[in-house]
Amino acid sequence: MSILELDNVHAYYGKIHALKGVSLRVEQGEIVTLIGGNGAGKTTTLRTICALMRPTVGSVIFEGEDLSRYKPSALASRGIAMVPEGRGVFAKMTVLENLEMGAFHRKDKEIDADIERIYDLFPRLRERRTQLAGTMSGGEQQMLAMGRAMMSRPHLLLLDEPSMGLAPVLVEAIFSTIVDINKQGTTVLLVEQNALMSLEIANRGYVLQTGEIVLSDDARALKQNEMIQKVYLGIE
Amino acid sequence: MTLSQRLKETDWIDVILWLFRAVIIILIVVGIVRKLFFGAGVAYSTKDWLDFITSGLSQGGLYALIALGYTMVYGVLFMINFAHGEFFMSGAMTSAILVGATLDSTGFLDSQPLISIILLIFVSVLTSMVVALLTERIAYRPLRRAPRLVPLITAIGASFFWQNLFRGFFGSAVKPYPVPESLEGRVNIMGFDFLKVRIVVLIASIIALIALYLFVQKTRTGKAIRAVAEDKDVATLMGIDVDRTIAITFAVGAFMAGIAAVLWGMTFKQVNFTMGFVPGIKAFTAAVLGGIGSIPGAALGGFFLGLIEAVGPPLILEGLNLPGVHQLKDVIAFTLLVLVLIFRPQGILGEKMAEKKA
Ligand SMILES: Nc1ncnc2c1ncn2[C@@H]1O[C@H](COP(=O)(O)OP(=O)(O)OP(=O)(O)O)[C@@H](O)[C@H]1O
Ligand SMILES: [Mg+2]
Repeated sequence: MSILELDNVHAYYGKIHALKGVSLRVEQGEIVTLIGGNGAGKTTTLRTICALMRPTVGSVIFEGEDLSRYKPSALASRGIAMVPEGRGVFAKMTVLENLEMGAFHRKDKEIDADIERIYDLFPRLRERRTQLAGTMSGGEQQMLAMGRAMMSRPHLLLLDEPSMGLAPVLVEAIFSTIVDINKQGTTVLLVEQNALMSLEIANRGYVLQTGEIVLSDDARALKQNEMIQKVYLGIE
Repeated sequence: MTLSQRLKETDWIDVILWLFRAVIIILIVVGIVRKLFFGAGVAYSTKDWLDFITSGLSQGGLYALIALGYTMVYGVLFMINFAHGEFFMSGAMTSAILVGATLDSTGFLDSQPLISIILLIFVSVLTSMVVALLTERIAYRPLRRAPRLVPLITAIGASFFWQNLFRGFFGSAVKPYPVPESLEGRVNIMGFDFLKVRIVVLIASIIALIALYLFVQKTRTGKAIRAVAEDKDVATLMGIDVDRTIAITFAVGAFMAGIAAVLWGMTFKQVNFTMGFVPGIKAFTAAVLGGIGSIPGAALGGFFLGLIEAVGPPLILEGLNLPGVHQLKDVIAFTLLVLVLIFRPQGILGEKMAEKKA
Protein backbone atom coordinates (compact mmCIF):
# COMPACT_ATOMS: atom_id res chain seq x y z
CA MET A 1 0.00 0.00 0.00
CA SER A 2 1.31 3.44 -0.86
CA ILE A 3 1.61 5.90 1.99
CA LEU A 4 0.19 8.64 -0.24
CA GLU A 5 -1.88 8.49 -3.35
CA LEU A 6 -3.33 11.39 -5.31
CA ASP A 7 -5.89 10.36 -7.87
CA ASN A 8 -6.97 12.78 -10.59
CA VAL A 9 -6.83 15.81 -8.28
CA HIS A 10 -8.27 19.09 -9.57
CA ALA A 11 -7.96 22.31 -7.58
CA TYR A 12 -9.01 25.89 -8.22
CA TYR A 13 -8.27 29.36 -6.91
CA GLY A 14 -11.54 31.01 -7.78
CA LYS A 15 -11.66 30.59 -11.53
CA ILE A 16 -7.97 29.69 -11.89
CA HIS A 17 -7.64 25.99 -12.59
CA ALA A 18 -4.37 25.29 -10.77
CA LEU A 19 -4.33 21.47 -10.74
CA LYS A 20 -5.75 19.65 -13.74
CA GLY A 21 -5.95 16.03 -12.74
CA VAL A 22 -2.77 15.36 -10.80
CA SER A 23 -2.15 11.71 -9.96
CA LEU A 24 0.89 10.60 -8.02
CA ARG A 25 2.02 7.98 -5.56
CA VAL A 26 4.55 7.93 -2.75
CA GLU A 27 5.63 4.58 -1.29
CA GLN A 28 6.56 4.02 2.32
CA GLY A 29 10.19 4.98 2.97
CA GLU A 30 10.78 6.76 -0.33
CA ILE A 31 12.03 10.19 -1.20
CA VAL A 32 9.90 11.39 -4.09
CA THR A 33 10.52 14.73 -5.73
CA LEU A 34 8.04 16.90 -7.53
CA ILE A 35 9.76 19.32 -9.87
CA GLY A 36 8.39 22.09 -12.04
CA GLY A 37 8.82 25.74 -12.90
CA ASN A 38 7.19 28.80 -11.39
CA GLY A 39 3.45 28.54 -11.18
CA ALA A 40 3.38 24.87 -12.19
CA GLY A 41 1.21 24.00 -9.20
CA LYS A 42 3.76 22.41 -6.85
CA THR A 43 2.72 24.40 -3.77
CA THR A 44 -0.92 23.87 -4.65
CA THR A 45 -0.34 20.12 -4.75
CA LEU A 46 1.18 20.18 -1.25
CA ARG A 47 -1.57 22.42 0.10
CA THR A 48 -4.13 20.00 -1.25
CA ILE A 49 -2.38 17.09 0.48
CA CYS A 50 -2.43 19.02 3.81
CA ALA A 51 -6.11 19.84 3.32
CA LEU A 52 -5.35 23.56 3.42
CA MET A 53 -7.19 23.36 0.09
CA ARG A 54 -9.69 20.72 -0.92
CA PRO A 55 -9.70 19.12 -4.35
CA THR A 56 -12.85 19.87 -6.35
CA VAL A 57 -12.45 16.54 -8.12
CA GLY A 58 -10.26 13.58 -7.22
CA SER A 59 -9.01 12.16 -3.96
CA VAL A 60 -6.07 12.26 -1.60
CA ILE A 61 -5.50 8.90 0.07
CA PHE A 62 -3.08 8.75 2.99
CA GLU A 63 -2.22 5.37 4.53
CA GLY A 64 -5.35 3.96 2.98
CA GLU A 65 -7.69 6.67 4.26
CA ASP A 66 -9.41 9.38 2.26
CA LEU A 67 -8.30 12.67 3.81
CA SER A 68 -11.50 14.49 2.92
CA ARG A 69 -12.93 13.00 6.13
CA TYR A 70 -10.39 14.87 8.25
CA LYS A 71 -10.36 18.45 9.45
CA PRO A 72 -7.22 20.25 8.24
CA SER A 73 -6.06 20.63 11.84
CA ALA A 74 -6.30 16.86 12.38
CA LEU A 75 -3.64 16.00 9.83
CA ALA A 76 -0.68 16.79 12.06
CA SER A 77 -1.68 14.08 14.50
CA ARG A 78 -2.61 11.84 11.58
CA GLY A 79 1.06 11.88 10.53
CA ILE A 80 1.54 14.57 7.87
CA ALA A 81 3.89 17.51 8.38
CA MET A 82 4.84 20.24 5.95
CA VAL A 83 7.66 22.71 5.74
CA PRO A 84 5.85 25.43 3.83
CA GLU A 85 7.23 27.57 1.04
CA GLY A 86 9.12 30.47 2.58
CA ARG A 87 9.57 28.41 5.77
CA GLY A 88 6.64 29.84 7.72
CA VAL A 89 8.37 30.03 11.09
CA PHE A 90 6.52 31.94 13.81
CA ALA A 91 8.64 35.08 13.69
CA LYS A 92 7.56 36.44 17.07
CA MET A 93 8.17 33.20 18.90
CA THR A 94 11.50 31.90 20.09
CA VAL A 95 13.24 28.95 18.47
CA LEU A 96 12.22 26.74 21.38
CA GLU A 97 8.60 27.88 21.19
CA ASN A 98 8.55 27.15 17.47
CA LEU A 99 9.76 23.62 18.12
CA GLU A 100 7.14 23.20 20.83
CA MET A 101 4.47 24.33 18.39
CA GLY A 102 5.52 21.44 16.16
CA ALA A 103 4.53 19.09 18.96
CA PHE A 104 1.31 20.97 19.67
CA HIS A 105 -0.97 18.00 19.06
CA ARG A 106 1.18 15.57 21.04
CA LYS A 107 0.38 14.59 24.59
CA ASP A 108 3.24 12.14 25.25
CA LYS A 109 6.16 12.67 27.59
CA GLU A 110 8.91 12.48 25.00
CA ILE A 111 8.59 15.98 23.63
CA ASP A 112 11.62 17.30 25.51
CA ALA A 113 13.71 14.36 24.38
CA ASP A 114 12.65 15.05 20.80
CA ILE A 115 13.66 18.68 21.14
CA GLU A 116 17.11 17.49 22.18
CA ARG A 117 17.19 15.24 19.14
CA ILE A 118 16.35 18.20 16.88
CA TYR A 119 19.11 20.21 18.56
CA ASP A 120 21.51 17.35 17.78
CA LEU A 121 20.37 17.39 14.16
CA PHE A 122 20.74 21.19 13.96
CA PRO A 123 23.23 22.31 16.65
CA ARG A 124 22.73 25.89 15.49
CA LEU A 125 19.18 25.80 16.83
CA ARG A 126 20.41 24.84 20.29
CA GLU A 127 22.63 27.94 20.39
CA ARG A 128 19.72 30.07 19.29
CA ARG A 129 16.94 28.52 21.33
CA THR A 130 15.91 31.74 23.08
CA GLN A 131 16.22 33.91 19.97
CA LEU A 132 13.12 35.14 18.15
CA ALA A 133 12.75 33.10 14.98
CA GLY A 134 12.11 36.22 12.89
CA THR A 135 15.58 37.54 13.63
CA MET A 136 17.39 34.49 12.29
CA SER A 137 18.99 34.03 8.88
CA GLY A 138 17.17 32.28 6.06
CA GLY A 139 19.21 29.12 6.49
CA GLU A 140 18.58 29.00 10.22
CA GLN A 141 14.88 29.54 9.64
CA GLN A 142 14.86 26.66 7.18
CA MET A 143 16.48 24.41 9.79
CA LEU A 144 13.94 25.56 12.33
CA ALA A 145 11.03 24.92 9.99
CA MET A 146 12.34 21.42 9.33
CA GLY A 147 12.99 20.77 13.01
CA ARG A 148 9.52 22.00 13.86
CA ALA A 149 7.98 19.70 11.26
CA MET A 150 9.92 16.74 12.68
CA MET A 151 8.62 17.55 16.17
CA SER A 152 5.24 16.22 15.10
CA ARG A 153 6.82 12.81 14.38
CA PRO A 154 5.41 12.67 10.87
CA HIS A 155 5.10 9.55 8.77
CA LEU A 156 5.18 11.76 5.70
CA LEU A 157 7.18 14.97 5.46
CA LEU A 158 6.31 17.48 2.75
CA LEU A 159 9.01 20.00 1.86
CA ASP A 160 8.25 23.01 -0.33
CA GLU A 161 11.43 24.33 -1.95
CA PRO A 162 13.74 24.01 1.04
CA SER A 163 16.68 25.25 -1.03
CA MET A 164 15.02 28.52 -1.98
CA GLY A 165 17.26 31.51 -1.34
CA LEU A 166 20.04 29.56 0.38
CA ALA A 167 23.77 29.57 -0.33
CA PRO A 168 25.05 26.38 -2.06
CA VAL A 169 26.84 25.11 1.07
CA LEU A 170 23.66 25.42 3.07
CA VAL A 171 21.66 23.70 0.36
CA GLU A 172 24.08 20.77 0.59
CA ALA A 173 23.62 20.63 4.34
CA ILE A 174 19.84 20.81 4.14
CA PHE A 175 19.69 18.08 1.52
CA SER A 176 21.95 15.77 3.46
CA THR A 177 19.70 16.29 6.48
CA ILE A 178 16.72 15.33 4.34
CA VAL A 179 18.52 12.09 3.50
CA ASP A 180 19.21 11.50 7.20
CA ILE A 181 15.62 12.12 8.15
CA ASN A 182 14.52 9.72 5.45
CA LYS A 183 16.96 7.04 6.60
CA GLN A 184 15.48 7.27 10.07
CA GLY A 185 12.14 6.22 8.62
CA THR A 186 10.27 9.31 7.46
CA THR A 187 8.87 9.25 3.96
CA VAL A 188 9.59 12.48 2.07
CA LEU A 189 7.82 14.33 -0.72
CA LEU A 190 10.18 17.04 -1.86
CA VAL A 191 9.08 19.92 -4.05
CA GLU A 192 11.94 21.66 -5.81
CA GLN A 193 12.87 23.90 -8.68
CA ASN A 194 16.44 22.82 -8.02
CA ALA A 195 16.01 19.60 -10.01
CA LEU A 196 19.69 18.79 -10.03
CA MET A 197 19.92 18.46 -6.28
CA SER A 198 16.56 16.89 -5.67
CA LEU A 199 17.00 14.19 -8.33
CA GLU A 200 20.32 13.43 -6.67
CA ILE A 201 18.70 12.33 -3.41
CA ALA A 202 15.28 11.13 -4.62
CA ASN A 203 14.20 7.63 -5.54
CA ARG A 204 11.61 8.78 -8.02
CA GLY A 205 10.40 12.04 -9.48
CA TYR A 206 7.36 13.68 -11.06
CA VAL A 207 7.45 16.66 -13.38
CA LEU A 208 4.59 19.11 -13.11
CA GLN A 209 3.76 21.65 -15.81
CA THR A 210 0.84 24.07 -15.65
CA GLY A 211 -1.12 21.83 -13.32
CA GLU A 212 -0.44 18.54 -15.03
CA ILE A 213 2.03 15.71 -14.44
CA VAL A 214 3.91 15.47 -17.73
CA LEU A 215 6.57 12.96 -16.75
CA SER A 216 7.33 10.48 -14.00
CA ASP A 217 10.17 8.04 -13.64
CA ASP A 218 13.08 6.86 -11.51
CA ALA A 219 15.25 9.75 -10.46
CA ARG A 220 18.19 8.28 -12.37
CA ALA A 221 16.18 7.99 -15.55
CA LEU A 222 14.81 11.51 -15.17
CA LYS A 223 18.32 12.87 -14.92
CA GLN A 224 19.09 11.31 -18.30
CA ASN A 225 15.86 12.56 -19.84
CA GLU A 226 16.47 15.07 -22.62
CA MET A 227 13.57 17.32 -21.80
CA ILE A 228 14.58 17.45 -18.12
CA GLN A 229 18.17 18.18 -19.02
CA LYS A 230 17.12 21.05 -21.23
CA VAL A 231 14.42 22.65 -19.13
CA TYR A 232 15.36 21.91 -15.54
CA LEU A 233 19.03 21.08 -15.48
CA GLY A 234 20.18 23.66 -17.98
CA ILE A 235 22.24 21.11 -19.92
CA GLU A 236 22.22 21.61 -23.67
CA MET B 1 20.85 73.54 -5.68
CA THR B 2 18.97 76.74 -6.33
CA LEU B 3 16.27 77.96 -4.04
CA SER B 4 13.50 77.36 -6.57
CA GLN B 5 14.62 73.75 -7.05
CA ARG B 6 14.68 73.24 -3.34
CA LEU B 7 11.19 74.70 -3.01
CA LYS B 8 9.91 72.39 -5.72
CA GLU B 9 11.25 69.33 -3.97
CA THR B 10 9.75 70.20 -0.64
CA ASP B 11 6.70 68.15 0.18
CA TRP B 12 4.25 70.74 1.51
CA ILE B 13 2.17 68.19 3.34
CA ASP B 14 5.26 67.27 5.33
CA VAL B 15 5.93 70.88 6.14
CA ILE B 16 2.38 71.38 7.35
CA LEU B 17 2.59 68.25 9.47
CA TRP B 18 5.85 69.45 11.00
CA LEU B 19 4.33 72.82 11.78
CA PHE B 20 1.32 71.08 13.28
CA ARG B 21 3.61 68.99 15.47
CA ALA B 22 5.54 72.06 16.56
CA VAL B 23 2.35 73.95 17.46
CA ILE B 24 1.11 71.06 19.58
CA ILE B 25 4.39 70.70 21.42
CA ILE B 26 4.56 74.43 22.04
CA LEU B 27 0.98 74.46 23.37
CA ILE B 28 1.75 71.59 25.74
CA VAL B 29 4.95 73.17 26.99
CA VAL B 30 3.39 76.61 27.39
CA GLY B 31 0.42 75.11 29.24
CA ILE B 32 2.58 73.16 31.66
CA VAL B 33 4.99 76.02 32.29
CA ARG B 34 2.22 78.55 32.90
CA LYS B 35 0.46 76.12 35.22
CA LEU B 36 3.45 75.07 37.26
CA PHE B 37 5.50 78.25 37.39
CA PHE B 38 3.00 81.05 36.96
CA GLY B 39 0.07 79.53 38.81
CA ALA B 40 -2.45 79.80 36.01
CA GLY B 41 -5.96 78.50 36.75
CA VAL B 42 -7.09 76.89 40.00
CA ALA B 43 -4.50 76.26 42.72
CA TYR B 44 -4.57 72.52 43.44
CA SER B 45 -3.24 70.89 46.59
CA THR B 46 -0.97 67.87 46.60
CA LYS B 47 -3.99 65.78 47.52
CA ASP B 48 -5.81 67.05 44.43
CA TRP B 49 -2.89 66.11 42.20
CA LEU B 50 -2.65 62.67 43.79
CA ASP B 51 -6.36 62.24 43.14
CA PHE B 52 -5.92 63.21 39.51
CA ILE B 53 -3.10 60.71 39.14
CA THR B 54 -4.74 57.78 40.94
CA SER B 55 -8.06 58.35 39.18
CA GLY B 56 -6.21 58.56 35.91
CA LEU B 57 -4.28 55.36 36.48
CA SER B 58 -7.26 53.40 37.71
CA GLN B 59 -9.33 54.68 34.81
CA GLY B 60 -6.42 53.70 32.60
CA GLY B 61 -6.45 50.18 34.04
CA LEU B 62 -10.09 49.90 32.98
CA TYR B 63 -9.30 51.15 29.49
CA ALA B 64 -6.45 48.65 29.33
CA LEU B 65 -8.68 45.74 30.30
CA ILE B 66 -11.21 46.63 27.63
CA ALA B 67 -8.54 47.47 25.07
CA LEU B 68 -7.20 43.91 25.27
CA GLY B 69 -10.32 42.63 23.57
CA TYR B 70 -9.84 44.98 20.64
CA THR B 71 -6.19 44.24 20.31
CA MET B 72 -6.42 40.45 20.61
CA VAL B 73 -9.26 40.14 18.12
CA TYR B 74 -7.39 42.44 15.78
CA GLY B 75 -4.35 40.22 16.27
CA VAL B 76 -6.09 37.10 15.00
CA LEU B 77 -8.60 38.54 12.52
CA PHE B 78 -7.30 42.01 11.53
CA MET B 79 -10.75 43.26 12.30
CA ILE B 80 -11.91 46.01 14.63
CA ASN B 81 -14.65 44.44 16.70
CA PHE B 82 -16.84 47.47 17.31
CA ALA B 83 -19.29 45.34 19.27
CA HIS B 84 -16.71 44.85 22.02
CA GLY B 85 -18.14 47.72 24.06
CA GLU B 86 -21.42 45.80 24.19
CA PHE B 87 -19.67 42.74 25.63
CA PHE B 88 -18.59 45.05 28.44
CA MET B 89 -22.08 46.58 28.80
CA SER B 90 -23.79 43.17 28.90
CA GLY B 91 -21.60 42.06 31.80
CA ALA B 92 -22.09 45.27 33.74
CA MET B 93 -25.89 45.35 33.36
CA THR B 94 -26.50 41.68 33.98
CA SER B 95 -24.34 41.54 37.09
CA ALA B 96 -25.85 44.74 38.47
CA ILE B 97 -29.47 43.87 37.90
CA LEU B 98 -29.58 40.10 38.14
CA VAL B 99 -27.44 39.63 41.25
CA GLY B 100 -26.24 43.05 42.41
CA ALA B 101 -29.67 44.32 43.37
CA THR B 102 -30.40 41.21 45.47
CA LEU B 103 -26.98 41.29 47.11
CA ASP B 104 -27.62 44.88 48.07
CA SER B 105 -31.16 44.50 49.37
CA THR B 106 -30.34 41.44 51.49
CA GLY B 107 -27.36 43.15 53.07
CA PHE B 108 -25.07 40.36 51.86
CA LEU B 109 -23.07 42.91 49.88
CA ASP B 110 -21.87 44.73 52.97
CA SER B 111 -21.49 41.67 55.22
CA GLN B 112 -19.58 39.59 52.65
CA PRO B 113 -18.00 42.11 50.26
CA LEU B 114 -15.36 39.78 48.88
CA ILE B 115 -17.76 36.94 48.08
CA SER B 116 -20.17 39.47 46.61
CA ILE B 117 -17.54 40.91 44.31
CA ILE B 118 -16.47 37.45 43.19
CA LEU B 119 -20.11 36.63 42.49
CA LEU B 120 -20.58 39.85 40.52
CA ILE B 121 -17.44 39.19 38.50
CA PHE B 122 -18.51 35.62 37.83
CA VAL B 123 -21.89 36.67 36.44
CA SER B 124 -20.43 39.57 34.50
CA VAL B 125 -17.66 37.54 32.92
CA LEU B 126 -20.01 34.72 32.03
CA THR B 127 -22.48 37.09 30.36
CA SER B 128 -19.79 38.91 28.42
CA MET B 129 -18.31 35.65 27.20
CA VAL B 130 -21.65 34.23 26.08
CA VAL B 131 -22.47 37.46 24.24
CA ALA B 132 -19.03 37.47 22.62
CA LEU B 133 -19.18 33.83 21.55
CA LEU B 134 -22.65 34.26 20.07
CA THR B 135 -21.54 37.38 18.19
CA GLU B 136 -18.47 35.62 16.83
CA ARG B 137 -20.33 32.49 15.80
CA ILE B 138 -23.39 34.11 14.27
CA ALA B 139 -22.24 37.48 13.00
CA TYR B 140 -18.51 37.17 12.22
CA ARG B 141 -17.56 33.59 11.41
CA PRO B 142 -19.74 33.33 8.29
CA LEU B 143 -17.98 36.46 6.99
CA ARG B 144 -14.42 35.22 7.41
CA ARG B 145 -13.75 35.43 3.69
CA ALA B 146 -15.76 38.56 3.01
CA PRO B 147 -14.10 41.91 2.17
CA ARG B 148 -12.94 43.73 5.28
CA LEU B 149 -15.63 46.38 5.29
CA VAL B 150 -18.37 43.77 5.64
CA PRO B 151 -17.53 42.48 9.14
CA LEU B 152 -16.92 46.05 10.23
CA ILE B 153 -20.45 47.04 9.31
CA THR B 154 -21.76 43.81 10.81
CA ALA B 155 -20.00 44.72 14.05
CA ILE B 156 -21.89 48.00 14.19
CA GLY B 157 -25.11 46.10 13.54
CA ALA B 158 -24.29 43.61 16.29
CA SER B 159 -23.63 46.51 18.59
CA PHE B 160 -27.11 47.97 18.02
CA PHE B 161 -28.62 44.53 18.40
CA TRP B 162 -27.12 43.92 21.84
CA GLN B 163 -27.87 47.43 23.06
CA ASN B 164 -31.51 47.08 22.19
CA LEU B 165 -31.75 43.53 23.46
CA PHE B 166 -30.47 44.64 26.85
CA ARG B 167 -32.74 47.63 26.83
CA GLY B 168 -35.54 45.12 26.25
CA PHE B 169 -34.38 42.97 29.17
CA PHE B 170 -33.58 45.62 31.73
CA GLY B 171 -35.28 48.80 30.55
CA SER B 172 -33.73 52.07 29.54
CA ALA B 173 -33.50 53.71 32.95
CA VAL B 174 -30.14 54.22 34.64
CA LYS B 175 -29.76 51.60 37.39
CA PRO B 176 -27.40 51.70 40.37
CA TYR B 177 -24.36 49.47 40.56
CA PRO B 178 -23.93 47.99 44.04
CA VAL B 179 -20.79 49.01 45.87
CA PRO B 180 -19.86 47.36 49.19
CA GLU B 181 -19.65 49.87 52.03
CA SER B 182 -16.06 48.88 52.69
CA LEU B 183 -15.08 50.28 49.30
CA GLU B 184 -16.60 53.70 49.98
CA GLY B 185 -14.54 56.62 51.17
CA ARG B 186 -10.83 57.05 51.43
CA VAL B 187 -7.90 55.09 52.67
CA ASN B 188 -4.67 56.45 54.10
CA ILE B 189 -1.52 55.16 52.45
CA MET B 190 1.81 56.59 53.58
CA GLY B 191 0.26 59.74 54.88
CA PHE B 192 -1.88 60.46 51.83
CA ASP B 193 -5.62 59.92 51.42
CA PHE B 194 -6.70 57.97 48.37
CA LEU B 195 -10.15 57.03 47.13
CA LYS B 196 -10.49 53.38 48.12
CA VAL B 197 -12.34 52.27 45.04
CA ARG B 198 -9.75 53.78 42.72
CA ILE B 199 -6.91 51.97 44.47
CA VAL B 200 -8.78 48.64 44.46
CA VAL B 201 -9.63 49.01 40.77
CA LEU B 202 -6.05 49.90 39.91
CA ILE B 203 -4.64 46.88 41.74
CA ALA B 204 -7.28 44.52 40.38
CA SER B 205 -6.70 45.64 36.81
CA ILE B 206 -2.94 45.28 37.11
CA ILE B 207 -3.37 41.74 38.45
CA ALA B 208 -5.78 40.87 35.62
CA LEU B 209 -3.37 42.29 33.03
CA ILE B 210 -0.44 40.29 34.36
CA ALA B 211 -2.55 37.13 34.50
CA LEU B 212 -3.59 37.63 30.90
CA TYR B 213 -0.03 38.22 29.80
CA LEU B 214 1.11 34.99 31.45
CA PHE B 215 -1.84 33.15 29.95
CA VAL B 216 -0.93 34.25 26.44
CA GLN B 217 2.79 33.67 26.91
CA LYS B 218 2.85 30.42 28.82
CA THR B 219 -0.24 28.30 28.27
CA ARG B 220 -0.96 25.98 25.39
CA THR B 221 -4.06 27.95 24.47
CA GLY B 222 -2.13 31.20 24.66
CA LYS B 223 0.48 29.85 22.29
CA ALA B 224 -2.24 28.71 19.91
CA ILE B 225 -3.63 32.25 19.93
CA ARG B 226 -0.21 33.67 19.12
CA ALA B 227 0.33 31.10 16.37
CA VAL B 228 -3.03 31.91 14.77
CA ALA B 229 -2.21 35.61 14.97
CA GLU B 230 1.02 35.03 13.06
CA ASP B 231 -0.07 32.61 10.37
CA LYS B 232 -3.35 30.72 10.17
CA ASP B 233 -2.22 28.17 7.60
CA VAL B 234 0.93 27.26 9.48
CA ALA B 235 -1.05 27.14 12.73
CA THR B 236 -3.39 24.66 11.05
CA LEU B 237 -0.39 22.58 9.99
CA MET B 238 0.63 22.43 13.65
CA GLY B 239 -2.74 20.88 14.43
CA ILE B 240 -4.36 24.02 15.79
CA ASP B 241 -8.08 24.41 15.14
CA VAL B 242 -8.11 27.99 13.89
CA ASP B 243 -11.85 28.63 14.18
CA ARG B 244 -11.87 27.35 17.73
CA THR B 245 -8.86 29.46 18.63
CA ILE B 246 -10.49 32.57 17.21
CA ALA B 247 -13.59 31.88 19.30
CA ILE B 248 -11.37 31.46 22.37
CA THR B 249 -9.72 34.78 21.60
CA PHE B 250 -13.12 36.50 21.61
CA ALA B 251 -13.95 34.76 24.88
CA VAL B 252 -10.69 35.84 26.52
CA GLY B 253 -11.23 39.44 25.43
CA ALA B 254 -14.77 39.29 26.77
CA PHE B 255 -13.47 37.79 30.02
CA MET B 256 -11.33 40.87 30.56
CA ALA B 257 -14.21 43.15 29.54
CA GLY B 258 -16.41 41.36 32.07
CA ILE B 259 -13.93 42.07 34.85
CA ALA B 260 -13.64 45.66 33.69
CA ALA B 261 -17.44 45.92 33.75
CA VAL B 262 -17.64 45.17 37.48
CA LEU B 263 -14.75 47.48 38.32
CA TRP B 264 -16.30 50.21 36.17
CA GLY B 265 -19.65 49.69 37.88
CA MET B 266 -18.10 50.05 41.30
CA THR B 267 -16.26 53.18 40.24
CA PHE B 268 -19.18 55.01 38.64
CA LYS B 269 -22.01 53.28 40.53
CA GLN B 270 -24.45 53.13 37.67
CA VAL B 271 -25.31 51.13 34.58
CA ASN B 272 -27.34 51.67 31.46
CA PHE B 273 -27.73 49.98 28.09
CA THR B 274 -25.73 52.70 26.33
CA MET B 275 -22.82 52.51 28.77
CA GLY B 276 -20.64 50.41 26.45
CA PHE B 277 -20.21 53.03 23.79
CA VAL B 278 -17.85 55.57 25.31
CA PRO B 279 -15.63 53.08 27.17
CA GLY B 280 -15.52 51.05 23.96
CA ILE B 281 -14.32 53.98 21.89
CA LYS B 282 -11.88 55.06 24.57
CA ALA B 283 -10.45 51.57 24.88
CA PHE B 284 -10.18 51.37 21.11
CA THR B 285 -8.26 54.64 21.26
CA ALA B 286 -6.01 53.11 23.91
CA ALA B 287 -5.42 50.04 21.75
CA VAL B 288 -4.49 52.19 18.74
CA LEU B 289 -2.33 54.37 20.96
CA GLY B 290 -0.35 51.40 22.23
CA GLY B 291 -0.19 49.73 18.83
CA ILE B 292 -3.16 47.63 17.86
CA GLY B 293 -2.37 43.92 17.89
CA SER B 294 0.11 44.28 20.74
CA ILE B 295 -0.97 43.14 24.21
CA PRO B 296 1.60 45.13 26.19
CA GLY B 297 0.69 48.00 23.87
CA ALA B 298 -2.95 47.85 24.90
CA ALA B 299 -1.96 47.96 28.56
CA LEU B 300 0.42 50.83 28.03
CA GLY B 301 -2.06 52.72 25.83
CA GLY B 302 -4.78 52.27 28.43
CA PHE B 303 -2.77 53.67 31.32
CA PHE B 304 -1.40 56.45 29.18
CA LEU B 305 -4.85 57.50 28.01
CA GLY B 306 -6.33 57.33 31.52
CA LEU B 307 -3.51 59.38 32.94
CA ILE B 308 -3.52 62.03 30.26
CA GLU B 309 -7.30 62.39 30.48
CA ALA B 310 -7.06 63.01 34.21
CA VAL B 311 -3.92 65.10 34.40
CA GLY B 312 -4.06 66.79 31.00
CA PRO B 313 -6.94 69.16 31.72
CA PRO B 314 -5.63 70.63 34.99
CA LEU B 315 -2.00 70.57 33.92
CA ILE B 316 -2.04 71.62 30.28
CA LEU B 317 -5.44 73.08 29.47
CA GLU B 318 -5.74 75.24 32.56
CA GLY B 319 -2.31 76.61 31.88
CA LEU B 320 -3.71 77.75 28.53
CA ASN B 321 -6.52 79.57 30.31
CA LEU B 322 -9.24 77.42 28.80
CA PRO B 323 -12.56 77.43 30.66
CA GLY B 324 -14.23 74.31 32.12
CA VAL B 325 -11.24 72.13 31.47
CA HIS B 326 -12.47 69.02 33.26
CA GLN B 327 -15.24 68.64 30.72
CA LEU B 328 -12.60 68.51 28.03
CA LYS B 329 -11.09 65.11 28.81
CA ASP B 330 -12.91 63.47 25.91
CA VAL B 331 -11.49 66.14 23.64
CA ILE B 332 -8.03 65.17 24.84
CA ALA B 333 -8.70 61.49 24.23
CA PHE B 334 -9.90 61.93 20.69
CA THR B 335 -7.35 64.57 19.78
CA LEU B 336 -4.79 62.03 20.88
CA LEU B 337 -6.37 59.38 18.65
CA VAL B 338 -6.25 61.68 15.64
CA LEU B 339 -2.67 62.69 16.37
CA VAL B 340 -1.56 59.07 16.69
CA LEU B 341 -3.29 58.14 13.46
CA ILE B 342 -1.55 61.01 11.67
CA PHE B 343 1.92 60.76 13.13
CA ARG B 344 2.38 57.21 14.31
CA PRO B 345 -0.38 54.92 12.98
CA GLN B 346 1.43 51.85 14.31
CA GLY B 347 1.12 53.21 17.86
CA ILE B 348 3.69 53.19 20.62
CA LEU B 349 4.60 49.50 20.51
CA GLY B 350 3.07 48.36 17.23
CA GLU B 351 5.02 47.42 14.18
CA LYS B 352 4.65 48.97 10.77
CA MET B 353 1.56 47.81 8.95
CA ALA B 354 3.31 47.15 5.65
CA GLU B 355 3.39 43.36 5.81
CA LYS B 356 0.75 41.02 4.37
CA LYS B 357 -2.10 41.10 6.95
CA ALA B 358 -5.47 39.43 6.29
N1 LIG C 1 -3.71 32.44 -3.67
C1 LIG C 1 -3.81 32.31 -5.02
N2 LIG C 1 -4.78 32.95 -5.69
C2 LIG C 1 -4.91 32.81 -7.03
N3 LIG C 1 -4.10 32.08 -7.76
C3 LIG C 1 -3.10 31.42 -7.17
C4 LIG C 1 -2.90 31.52 -5.75
N4 LIG C 1 -1.84 30.76 -5.44
C5 LIG C 1 -1.38 30.23 -6.59
N5 LIG C 1 -2.14 30.63 -7.63
C6 LIG C 1 -1.97 30.23 -9.04
O1 LIG C 1 -2.00 28.84 -9.13
C7 LIG C 1 -1.00 28.36 -9.99
C8 LIG C 1 -0.10 27.37 -9.26
O2 LIG C 1 0.57 28.06 -8.21
P1 LIG C 1 1.57 27.33 -7.22
O3 LIG C 1 1.87 28.29 -6.13
O4 LIG C 1 1.03 26.02 -6.83
O5 LIG C 1 2.86 27.15 -8.13
P2 LIG C 1 4.29 26.63 -7.73
O6 LIG C 1 4.57 25.50 -8.65
O7 LIG C 1 4.38 26.36 -6.31
O8 LIG C 1 5.20 27.85 -8.16
P3 LIG C 1 6.52 28.44 -7.46
O9 LIG C 1 7.65 27.58 -7.92
O10 LIG C 1 6.62 29.80 -8.01
O11 LIG C 1 6.32 28.39 -6.00
C9 LIG C 1 -0.26 29.59 -10.49
O12 LIG C 1 -0.76 29.90 -11.75
C10 LIG C 1 -0.60 30.66 -9.53
O13 LIG C 1 -0.65 31.92 -10.15
MG1 LIG D 1 5.45 27.15 -4.80
